[in-house]
Amino acid sequence: MSGRETPAPERLELVCPAGTPAALRVAVRAGADSVYVGFRDETNARNFPGLNFSREELATAIAFAHDRQVRVFVAINTFPRAGEQELWRRAVDDAVSLGADALILADLGLACYARDRHPGARLHLSVQASAANPEAIALFEELAGIRRVVLPRVLTVSEIRALTEAIGVETEVFVMGGLCVMAEGRCLLSSYVTGQSPNMNGVCSPAEAVRYAEEEGMLVTRLGPVTVNRFAPGEPAGYPTLCKGRFLACGRPSYLFEEPVSLSALGVLPDLARAGVRAVKIEGRQRGRAYIERVIRTVRAAAEAVAAGRPVPLADLQELTEGGRETVGAYDKRWR
Amino acid sequence: MSGPARLSLGPVLYFWEADRLRDFYFRIAEETDVEIVYLGEVVCGKRLPFLSEALGAAAERLRAAGKEVVLSSLALPGERRDLAALRELAATADGPVEANDFGAVRLLRGRPHVLGPYLNVYNEGTLAVLARNGAVRCCPPPELPATAFARLVAGSRLEFELQIFGRQPLALSARCYHARSRGRRKDNCQYACGEDADGMPVETLDGRAFVAVNGIQTLSAGYVELSAAVEEARAMGVGIFRLMPQALDMVAVIGLYRALLEARIAPVELRARLAELAPGTAFADGYWHGCAGMARLAG
Repeated sequence: MSGRETPAPERLELVCPAGTPAALRVAVRAGADSVYVGFRDETNARNFPGLNFSREELATAIAFAHDRQVRVFVAINTFPRAGEQELWRRAVDDAVSLGADALILADLGLACYARDRHPGARLHLSVQASAANPEAIALFEELAGIRRVVLPRVLTVSEIRALTEAIGVETEVFVMGGLCVMAEGRCLLSSYVTGQSPNMNGVCSPAEAVRYAEEEGMLVTRLGPVTVNRFAPGEPAGYPTLCKGRFLACGRPSYLFEEPVSLSALGVLPDLARAGVRAVKIEGRQRGRAYIERVIRTVRAAAEAVAAGRPVPLADLQELTEGGRETVGAYDKRWR
Repeated sequence: MSGPARLSLGPVLYFWEADRLRDFYFRIAEETDVEIVYLGEVVCGKRLPFLSEALGAAAERLRAAGKEVVLSSLALPGERRDLAALRELAATADGPVEANDFGAVRLLRGRPHVLGPYLNVYNEGTLAVLARNGAVRCCPPPELPATAFARLVAGSRLEFELQIFGRQPLALSARCYHARSRGRRKDNCQYACGEDADGMPVETLDGRAFVAVNGIQTLSAGYVELSAAVEEARAMGVGIFRLMPQALDMVAVIGLYRALLEARIAPVELRARLAELAPGTAFADGYWHGCAGMARLAG
């Protein structure tokens, strides 16, 4: 597996998730160009029990990846707490000194710190920064020297094309995995209900707030005090993420925000490549190794097909997706 | 940070008809003593063409009445139309502007401006960068707890503002849920949001109030009510207290909070009077106490 070449500029770069050292090795072998990880604390947006990397694990992982010409990005993409910025700054310092190839940051102040303290470090703007227009991206470029922006999932393909032409940095977009329905970094639904938020704590709809109950023959799922869904016997019951729940509006029950679907943008991969996108990202640091491996192989095959001008092989990933259903999300204007 | 506490009125977030909007602000100008009024379309660029004239007239009348008028910018300017509106606002505003997106922050560089609650300003580091960029006032995100608020205020020369009344903005999306609730798309929304002057109530399947939808925006179902925190916030150095317009008697609401600031009414009595003005609405203060935003801790 060693000796893989870095991707030619004409092929989309694959940025793949790894929640654990074992997942990182799987991702590297499955065809990742870059792998993104986080430290085992609240400095990253997947601060889940049993996930993420210690400093020692990161050092080992970076050596493993670099031996195989794969890059490692470290996500430090929650917002430092006032009075306790040191924890986040130390994460930046450690990631740089351990040899990370890029830092994925969301907080403007932290990004400016990283640029001042480590002028040579490559900084990427996290999707959590919610920079979805050329002016906002330029601000982070000018003040913090970011070299790439991970675009919020609010833009259509044609908007991505216009944006990529208008800005001076690379763009990276999500193509597979969980789908935030709200603009990332601009959603407080989780803290409204549980007190824990993606921005401050690196968690959304945390597991410790989840309750399942059987009531009147229905399975009821709750997050904190809020009923998120009710399922009839035999109906597949999903995790109670607030934006994928069933609620009453105008007296009618519906999935008002979004159904329990996940993102699959392989169908628009050629359009994203033509739009000038540099890298495509797979969500799922919390996912198991089997899922990661299969998704990476599929996306890698698709990216190679696009580069070669062949049609994208649309593999059946459905059994791996939430509730078995997929959407192309905001990339298609009709989603709005 | 010194001087007497001031009251501000945040921007109207809902799609009120132009006449209603103009009448509302004329009343605010003539019948209230609120010091600062934020004015402008924050939620949806599609609404702007219907409102600009009324907003212009409102600004004029409010200024004539001695109010400080701050023009609020869009919170999620993504589409071409939104960006054009944002650039025009930054280029033509003859007074202070409230930035609700980092794009606005860039366009306002070097000019005094306000950091609105839609910007992710969580810590001293970010605040210092934005102060150097020209910010003079900050209304931090709703989920910021008092402990963090105190840290921000202590280390900064900016003015600070705290929302103490009204629905809390919780999320923004590319998708319009008002349109979706009617089986439509955003491009063909037919301005469904105009049918709900105080947002569209959304309940859980067991019939409890959950959130309110306002086009692409999701807000809390209940109103934040922080009268019991005002003293603590003032001691920290918070000088401005923001009331968000809701579809009820805002002149009366402003009067109640003025009475509170002047110690003519206690928080408990204020809440009892509010409950009469907004029957059936829950009041929350959880975020301030570092808890779930929908929680209520004060008596």
